[in-house]
Amino acid sequence: MRLEAINDFVIRFANVNGTGSASANNMFSKAVFRMGVPVSPKNIFPSNIQGLPTWFEVRVTEKGYLGSRGDVDFVVAINGQTMRSDYDTLVPGGYFLYDSTKSLPRDFKRDDVIEIGIPLTQMCIDNYTNPRQRQLFKNIIYVGALAYLFDMEFEVLTNMVKDQFAKKEKLIPPNIGALELGFNYAKEHFSDTCGLSVQRRDNVGNAIMIDGNSATGLGAIYGGATVCGWYPITPSTSVVEGFEKYAKKFRIDENGKNKYALLQAEDELSAIGMAIGANWMGARGFTATSGPGVSLMSEFLGLAYFAEIPVVLVDVQRSGPSTGMPTRTQQSDVFSCAYASHGDTKQVVLIPCDPADCFEMMAKAFDVADRLQTPVIVLSDLDLGMNDHMSRPFEWDDTREYDRGKVLTAEDLDNMKERWGRYKDIDGDGVGYRTYPGTHPTKGSYFTRGSSHDEYAAYTEDSSVYEENMERLVLKWETAKEVAPHPQIKYRDKDSKVAAIFYGTSAQASYEALDGLEAEGTKINTCRIKSFPFHPDIGRFIEEHDKIFVIEQNRDGQMRSLLINEFNMGTEKMQSILNIDGMPIRARRIKRKIERMLNGEKVSPFTTANSSVEGA
Amino acid sequence: MSYLKSTFRHPESPKNKLGYTEAVYEGALSTLCAGCGHDSVSNSIIKACFELSLEPHKIAKMSGIGCSSKTPAYFLRSSHGFNSVHGRMPSVTTGANMANRDLTYIGISGDGDTASIGMGQFMHLVRRNLNMVYICMNNGVYGLTKGQDSATADIGSASKKGVPNMYEPMDLCELAISLGSGYVARSFSGDKDQLVPLIEGAIKHNGFALIDCISPCVTFNNTGSSTKSYEWVRDHKEATGTIDLVPEEQEITVQQPDKVLETIKLHDGSHLNLHRQPNSLDIKSRESVLIALEEARLKEQVLTGLLYLNTDSKNTHEIINSADKPLNAMGKEELCPGAETLEAINESLR
Repeated sequence: MRLEAINDFVIRFANVNGTGSASANNMFSKAVFRMGVPVSPKNIFPSNIQGLPTWFEVRVTEKGYLGSRGDVDFVVAINGQTMRSDYDTLVPGGYFLYDSTKSLPRDFKRDDVIEIGIPLTQMCIDNYTNPRQRQLFKNIIYVGALAYLFDMEFEVLTNMVKDQFAKKEKLIPPNIGALELGFNYAKEHFSDTCGLSVQRRDNVGNAIMIDGNSATGLGAIYGGATVCGWYPITPSTSVVEGFEKYAKKFRIDENGKNKYALLQAEDELSAIGMAIGANWMGARGFTATSGPGVSLMSEFLGLAYFAEIPVVLVDVQRSGPSTGMPTRTQQSDVFSCAYASHGDTKQVVLIPCDPADCFEMMAKAFDVADRLQTPVIVLSDLDLGMNDHMSRPFEWDDTREYDRGKVLTAEDLDNMKERWGRYKDIDGDGVGYRTYPGTHPTKGSYFTRGSSHDEYAAYTEDSSVYEENMERLVLKWETAKEVAPHPQIKYRDKDSKVAAIFYGTSAQASYEALDGLEAEGTKINTCRIKSFPFHPDIGRFIEEHDKIFVIEQNRDGQMRSLLINEFNMGTEKMQSILNIDGMPIRARRIKRKIERMLNGEKVSPFTTANSSVEGA
Repeated sequence: MSYLKSTFRHPESPKNKLGYTEAVYEGALSTLCAGCGHDSVSNSIIKACFELSLEPHKIAKMSGIGCSSKTPAYFLRSSHGFNSVHGRMPSVTTGANMANRDLTYIGISGDGDTASIGMGQFMHLVRRNLNMVYICMNNGVYGLTKGQDSATADIGSASKKGVPNMYEPMDLCELAISLGSGYVARSFSGDKDQLVPLIEGAIKHNGFALIDCISPCVTFNNTGSSTKSYEWVRDHKEATGTIDLVPEEQEITVQQPDKVLETIKLHDGSHLNLHRQPNSLDIKSRESVLIALEEARLKEQVLTGLLYLNTDSKNTHEIINSADKPLNAMGKEELCPGAETLEAINESLR
């Protein structure tokens, strides 16, 4: 029996990295999007430049579920190294497109799989002489074949080729030719073989498609960031590349000079040092990194916390610990960010879940940091940062002003009657008034330090003065709860005592799983955490429910522990659902896990193939 | 030591062009040990800023951690100061400088802060040629932690602990020269006549200026067996020549006609007069300076004075082509592309 579906399937491309497959696979995915059908592509790549296996998974999802679904319905098997496992991962009734230049090994004999053999290599040898072309066009040929098999509008693809090569027109005819080769071969040999299809819909509205990191970089531009010190690290590098790309377009002054300063630092310590120095001087500075960088930046984060200097840090999480799996996703820096640095420190964390969030939260992060005079960490992850996502469009209101927080001008200093103290809490919100260097010839200077200081920024070892200062920082932390983005709480049933809490990229798959459960009669209320410190609404939400699934992508249930620690409750009723295989968490597995947990079964919290029976 | 700083000053203390007396450039009372070389360096900084008639609030004092890094509290009270983390003053200063290129940046560090924990940041700071003055108060010893050898201690030199240092020393001047710094000097905290003009020249220099200032630690490293003691340095220092700085509008007068006078024009139009012995060090040649430093080392001499000068180098802002207007003075109008542009970006992503 073959799978039959319209606009609802998962196709997985198995390629060798460095062969140009990513752009062909992206073309396929974007073509689905342009046919008005929501789509969710995921690039699963190695920490390597050339020669290792890489996969590209595209979920075609008419209902607009953008998280990872789980299971594979169609495989395009181009990589001999992984052919066996790619073959085995297919669900019964799935399709296996392979390069039939060489016949399939004899032990490939599943009778529940539909095999589609296309002699890609031979077709390339017959049609192209240049070795590089032979390699590149192989990818385009299978895209052409897919267009036939899925009954897609061929013109959408040819238009994409025209767009892509608008500046290199010479390349348009051969690319279209390759598409046609594949299309015609499939038409000739596999008419009516495939039960999956893509049909035009109007389901994407005004959505855009972009990776989270580019959106974050653009958010920094709109948020008024001017100084960026950074050190390359996967998967955060493209945040800075995105910032630079847009800065080159939008930040050149009338003399052709840059209205930004971008410096590649010698390491992450230096990168955040630069960002802190810039903010101290009154510019908006930021840096971007991943887990190992956060570890290195911890000392500086403590300085910025204690000396009360705003700074924005983007952490695009990857699989840890240590070097971990550098090109695989995870949400495992929750602890290291929330309590980054030694001593009693707490850091403000904002957690986006899609590119529109990345843009908005990044721009907002500078306001929050300036308002609170403290570091703000934008906690993204590899899945969000490096994959293209269909997203709400970016929005900006031209009347929106930058909130620079409490900063005194020369005039303010002149008009002041009482003695100014940098760390004096005038307004009762725990936040003092600061000055930028160079503001006034005689007033407003102070000495910034990470050592204990009094209200006037003078060094002190007086215990009571130290204590008062530390307690004022707690008051500021309370202020932060209102300043940072509030959680998104949704009641499917006000009377339901069952709930789920999640954040970041766990949100999409969780919502989908819960929709599925609701369709079967189980209504679960949800809370999407958007920031740390936790808003009191989250505490109330926990109190209202008897059973709460905390869904996240790390081993230790870090957010669950953080909730228990901060609210001092919920140990019994909060139950983890976890994923740590480096892939985005899958909706089907979350659903199945919740079903079993609600059933009273004793099951492991992991949705991973290796550690639970939800794998299949 | 005293715990109160006298506020009495001579009523007719000389005033500079801004009408400020030297007292305006002072800071809080030092809490360093009596006789510490660092306090002399602080006084030389006060003198240099006074003589150059700098607006104190247009100066940023930057430092790391250690005895030396405390000193910014003891000079220029009207300047903002930033006592950052150990060895990381270079990055913080870089960020601050990127945010506002119009201020004068004076960075204070020590030999532990620079040559050990901060070596990475120091070297990259020099490479980027950040426009700043970097003074390393070099005493060859960790003071605040009570007397461990630092990375600039000479082989065989022994501090109060009495155990001779076993490892090769770092020479910050050689490093800075090889990494392209355009202004490299070595001086001695006890030689104010030499140090003040060196600081003035460093402030005027466009780009990174290093002054490696031997500044003895009276408590832990002023022993007879130390090569960073007052006595040893006085006996072994060898001046390469003297300089004085002539601000833009003043005429140059030859003060020591018996020596060769070379006048070098600086970025802002002021002049640096260099007096030196005929056939002595060629401060414009990296090779000759490096050779001279090595020869001096073999002869157990401390070569002091302006060691290297290159007035043609570009500072970080010039290298990365950043705007003339300080970035911290730009607002939303200059920085935010606006809603219409964003809609065009959205459209390009469909």
